Amino acid sequence: MSSEKKIFKDADVQLMIGSLLRWGVIVSMSVVFIGGLVYLYRHGLEKASYHQFIGEPAFLKNIPGILQGVAAIKGRAIIQTGILLLIATPIARVLLSVFSFLLEKDYQYVIITLIVLGIIAFSMLSGVGG
Amino acid sequence: MTILLLTLYILIGAYFAGLIGSLTGLGGGVVIIPLLTLVLGIDIHYAIGASLVSVIATSSGSAAAYVKEGITNMRLGMFLEIATTTGAVLGAYLASYIPATFIAILFGLILLFSAIMSFVKKNTLADPVSSKPATWLKLGSSFPDEGKQIQYGVRNIFGGFGLMSFAGMISGLLGIGSGSLKVVAMDNIMRIPFKVSTTTSNFMIGVTAAASAVVYLQRGYIDPGLSMPVVLGVVLGAVTGSKILVKANTKSLKIIFAIVISVIGIQMIYKGLSGKI
Repeated sequence: MSSEKKIFKDADVQLMIGSLLRWGVIVSMSVVFIGGLVYLYRHGLEKASYHQFIGEPAFLKNIPGILQGVAAIKGRAIIQTGILLLIATPIARVLLSVFSFLLEKDYQYVIITLIVLGIIAFSMLSGVGG
Repeated sequence: MTILLLTLYILIGAYFAGLIGSLTGLGGGVVIIPLLTLVLGIDIHYAIGASLVSVIATSSGSAAAYVKEGITNMRLGMFLEIATTTGAVLGAYLASYIPATFIAILFGLILLFSAIMSFVKKNTLADPVSSKPATWLKLGSSFPDEGKQIQYGVRNIFGGFGLMSFAGMISGLLGIGSGSLKVVAMDNIMRIPFKVSTTTSNFMIGVTAAASAVVYLQRGYIDPGLSMPVVLGVVLGAVTGSKILVKANTKSLKIIFAIVISVIGIQMIYKGLSGKI
């Protein structure tokens, strides 16, 4: 069907996807763990209150707020950074799949993959979450 | 209760949820939400946010192992992700307008459904003939099984696409992978062999959950203090599960687990109906 060189390249992308997923989980879990230690050290002995839903403070709901929190060494903001990295992992996988289909010259699936990315981008930027 | 103690309880609970979820293939989300809400009295919206995060972690972790084996059908997964991500964003959007009691009832029903589905015989037949639209989308493929490449075709893509949108919506609404619905869409409607449908469904779960997680995050439904022990516990449990999977007797485990989630499901429905959630 395709030349050997092309198969090799696509297998490379598949390998990259595999390590992206593995490292995405390892790195994000480490960040969550470190943030957890900081959070428990600072707030561990306070009383927990989750019985009623009040929602998160503004600094944990968007990227600039989370990064400011990290700079102030707030444990919760560090955990949230780890969670952001975790959410980014499957999205990065979809992005890599675009290249994988490009290498295969399968433009039909390049478009399909871009539609999926578009839906995710829409949910991030359109404010449905606001 | 202090935060330290609550974190410890959740960590232990999430560990077992991840372990059982990985051994039975039903995922950790179906256990973690009842644990947080029924046992620890945490608001269901927080529980859903935390569960969603753990779903992304387990799905990505196990997908890393599947990619190498060449069973996952990337085209099929990507095509159906148009349906699941659209549904997921819609579900996440609706979540804040739907009362907690209704979410609890729906969750209970999905638990009962998953329990029943774990006994339904899986589709092992591979029919190499694809329907016309499926051929146009190049959805048919092959997978390695005992040294041979087995060809399979794909049928009824519109029915499958429809049920996938619903599965995505349930995932966005309840913060679970809804793998059981995804496998029904692929096995029973699109006639795909279950080896392919389980790994492909797993591939889709992470992307679907990420699509709704961005909405949950912006809404302030993802609490770091809760998500931290949930995600760490579930991942450690899932890793342990994948290590002992070969040794365990998964058949009797499945029966026990099906009974357990049925009981939890009925409990959730009862709590929802009586407004005690």
